[in-house]
This record gives sequence, C-alpha cells and structure tokens, in this order.
Amino acid sequence: MAVSNVDGTTEGGGYALTASNLQVWYGGFHAVSDVSMEVPTHRITAMIGPSGCGKSTLLRTFNRMNDLVDVARVEGSVHYRGVDIYGPDVDPVEVRRRIGMVFQKPNPFPKSIFENVAWGARIHGFKGDMEQLVEDCLRRVVLWDEVKDKLNQSGLSLSGGQQQRLCIARAIAVQPDIVLMDEPCSALDPIATLHIEELMRDLAAQYTIVVVTHNMQQAARVSDYTAFFSVIPETRTGELVEVGPTDMIFDSPDNPRTNDYITGRFG
Amino acid sequence: MSVKPGAEFLTGGLGIEMDSRRGLGRRRRPFEQFMHGALWLCGAISILTTIGIVYMLGQEALLFFRREEVRLLDFLTGWTWQPQTLQFGIWPLVNATMGASLIAMALALPLGLLIAIYLSEYASFKARRILKPILEVLAGIPTVVYGYFALTFVTPILRNMFGVEVVEIFNIASAGLVIGVLVLPTVTSMSEDALRAVPVALREAAVGLGATKLETSVRVVVPAALSGISAAFIVAMSRAVGETMIVAVAAGAGPRNFADWSEALGGLRALNPFQSAETMTGHIVRISGGDISYDSLDYDSLFAIGLLLFLMTLGLNIFSRAIASRFRERYD
Repeated sequence: MAVSNVDGTTEGGGYALTASNLQVWYGGFHAVSDVSMEVPTHRITAMIGPSGCGKSTLLRTFNRMNDLVDVARVEGSVHYRGVDIYGPDVDPVEVRRRIGMVFQKPNPFPKSIFENVAWGARIHGFKGDMEQLVEDCLRRVVLWDEVKDKLNQSGLSLSGGQQQRLCIARAIAVQPDIVLMDEPCSALDPIATLHIEELMRDLAAQYTIVVVTHNMQQAARVSDYTAFFSVIPETRTGELVEVGPTDMIFDSPDNPRTNDYITGRFG
Repeated sequence: MSVKPGAEFLTGGLGIEMDSRRGLGRRRRPFEQFMHGALWLCGAISILTTIGIVYMLGQEALLFFRREEVRLLDFLTGWTWQPQTLQFGIWPLVNATMGASLIAMALALPLGLLIAIYLSEYASFKARRILKPILEVLAGIPTVVYGYFALTFVTPILRNMFGVEVVEIFNIASAGLVIGVLVLPTVTSMSEDALRAVPVALREAAVGLGATKLETSVRVVVPAALSGISAAFIVAMSRAVGETMIVAVAAGAGPRNFADWSEALGGLRALNPFQSAETMTGHIVRISGGDISYDSLDYDSLFAIGLLLFLMTLGLNIFSRAIASRFRERYD
C-alpha cells in the first residue's frame, strides 16, 4: 500500500525516495521481503515494528550502507530523483553524500567538536567559510551555545544527547537532501530524546527525514507518515504491513496486525 | 559446596539446603590467596629480570669507565673505535647502528602500515586468510638466514644497480633493508590489530557522510589507531637497533673510523650507506666471539656499548610514547 495525495514540492513527484519490490538477503537469510513504499519529500516518515522486522536493514538500503556488509544482497529498486540508486552507473559514495545517516549510538569522531562538523564538508572540498558553516550547523541543532567556548575539545567529551546532536550537525554539514535516522534516541535519556525530537520537527522543513524507531509514542509524536513492519515468524523475514499518514496508522489502521501492535497486544 | 555469603537470602524460601551457619563472616579462600601470590610473583620476575640486566650492565660498564685509559668525554664524542690503540670513541658504532635502523624503518614503517591498511580495511576475508600466514612466516625465518640473504642476494642487486665501485661487498644499506624485511611482520601485525580495534561505528560515520574508502581509512581509522601504530613502531625500531646477526654477516667487520667530527661529516662520508661499517651489536658479537680474556679492557668495553644500546632503545621508547600521546585520538 502506498502513500497517495502527498503535496510534495520537489522532484520525484513529491517523493524523495521510492522503493519498489525491495528485497534484502544476508547470505542465505532473507532479511526483508518485497517492500514497496514512498518517502514523501520534506516530511518525517517513521518506520516502526517489532525487533528483527528488518526496519533498520531497510533504512540502510536507502543510502547503500548495506554495501559495507560483504554478504548483503539487495534486489528491487530505490529511486531517488528519478535515478535508481542501485543502478549500474551509480556511485554509492555520491548517494551517501546526498542521503546522510544518523546512527543508533552517537558516534562522533575522536576529533574536536569543530573538526567533527567540518570533516564531511572538508572531504567534499568545501571552499567557503568553514567557521561559519560549523557555527550554522551547530546552531541548527541547538548545540552552539553549549559548545561555542570549547570547539577544540573532543567530541567525545560531550554528553550522549549532545553527541547525537553533534552527529546530526555533522550529517547536515554536507548539505544532504535526506537524513536517515536509525533509532537516534534509543541510547538517550528522555530529556535528550525530547531535544532530538524537537530538532527533527525543525529539520523537516528543509530535509526529508526517515526515522527508524521502536518507540511508538515517538513515531506518533514526530512523524507525518508511518510504515509498520512485521516479521514472518517461520522465516524471520521482515515485511511491510502498512504505510500511511501517521494519524491514520494510529487511529484507524487497515490491517488488524497494525492495530494489535499499536494497542500493545503484540510485539 | 561453596556458597557465596548472602546467597541464603535468595534461596532461603525455596527449600534448598544451604550452609547458613557461617553467615556473613569473612571466609578464608586459600586457593585465591595462593593464585594472587603466584601471579604477583610472575609479574615480579619480569621486573626483576630487567633490573638484574640493568644492574649487571651498569656494574660492568662502570669498571670500563673507571679505568684510567678511558675518558668518558672521548667515549661520548670520539669518532675512532680502536681498542688496540686505546681509542674508544663510540660514534662509528652508533652511526652504523642508526644508519642500518633508519634504513630498516624507512622500508618497514610505510610498507608495513600500507599492508596493515590493506589487510584491515580492503582485503576480503579470503585474501586475509591467505596473506597473514605468509607474512607471519617471515617472522619465523632465523636471522642468520636473513644475514646471508642480505649478503648473497640483496648486496649483488645493489651493486648491479649502483655500480660495484660504489657499493662495497659489506655495506649498511643491504643489512638495513633486510632488517626492514625482518621487522615488517611486527609492524604489519601490530598495526593491523590497532586498525581493526577501531570501532565499526566510526567507519560507518565516515562512509555515511559520503567518504570514500581511502578517506575513511586514512583520515578516520588510522588517526584513531595511532597509539597502537606507534607501539608497533617502537617495538620494530627497538628490534632493528638490537638486531645482531644480519649486521654481523652483511654489514662489515670493522668500525668505520674517522679522526673527528669534521672528517666524519665532511662530504657526509659517515653517512654513506654503501660502505661497510660495524654496528654496536655487530662489534659486541665479533669481539666476544673471538678469544677475549675476562677482565680485559676489550671485555669491559662491550658492556659500555651494551649499556648505551639499552639507553638508546629506552630513549626511543620514551620519545615515541610522548609523540604518540600528543597526536593520538582517543575513541574509548
């Protein structure tokens, strides 16, 4: 089931990403089966579902992070701006520059706070005012006031929530179109989680965001669209059950399995 | 049956019989105490051995410096090592040792680091499974074999390349290059361990920003692994400085003496790697292998050389550690 009637504004007919018949294998293990869904531009799309349902795996197919896993194999297509990112002429490095990622556990580089933000821009040959860029990105993630006096300290000296905001600043410093977030709050306390959620709402004006979360309240709070995944018990293969506007998924899901999960009767 | 104190609380209600008479009182654990002592002893033995060696070296070296024929200043600044004429200037030997070691490290450090980066970041599982054992075989070859490899294989190649009138049969370059091959497995395997210990999360962070494999390896993984890589460098350098058999066979059997500093450095003659020279270790093994009488001046001089060699590797250790801690990026 696909999202329809989305008033998108950019290329791709309002969709930042379109996955068609996407399948993922890890060696002989069929991890994700036949997913077709769209990710609307400048919206937050949440992917929810029980552990092992393949939502993180699917997220990693959206910017070809699965290429890092030797045994991973992807079938089907993911279209970004009219191009299949699994096409033969596509450079995965360029894909990842435009489709950034924030990880489950904050993973700042063991470099200074400044260098963390500047790193990506620098390797892409950014010629502008680096100090301005770093300040802009840190302001954007509401971290500037906390770190402006210690930009030379290690990124690892920050608290977990600050580190995750630093990682988001680092991701947007290379000016991506889409930011993929893989359970960005699962290692954080409730206050830090709240900060990140506010930040996501704020960033959605400028970026398309896809967020994997195991926290249904979070999905309900922040996302515009929700995709619910489940796992086929016999094969442990993940499948997409239902995707649609978040209100609809939470208030009147089509599929009884979605309803069971959302009301806490399963999962 | 051994029961942890306090376990009664957990099992009391379950009807499992426990020895509850002993309560929470402190218990004797003879085996724990024995192991504690035994492990302490193991640690102490290694420290005591080091102290013993330093003491022995120091004492014998002191005998040398106490002799009236020997002047410390001449020892530390002289460019002629000629015991027959009572000239004990250490620089010809130090110069040869440093020359051979630098050549060795110039080969082993970049090559070893590149191999380590390949093995850790690029090689497939299969390639690594084949390459690593081959590399480790290098470490198992007896050094005397390396010595003759230098003399009969590398030296002729150098003489072909640079001319027989330029390259002597015994020379520092050949020995240095082969020492480089000898320490290559050490540099590689220690560096690889350090690179592989860098968390995958850091590589993912870089790749997720659109970094290429090379950018990720060189600008994130290597800096994060720098402390381990510099440890590899320290071990390899100490090994190169102390290497004996290769230089004894291939580098020459006599110190390259000069009258003074200006003669040594004039035209950089002391630094010519294609001429023969004797290193500190090479000299020690040659003199002690001949008929040398205990308590003679020659005999005592060897301990002075040994002590200096020890101090050099110690200094290298301290220096490299300081450099590494200055530049390392802590990720844990």
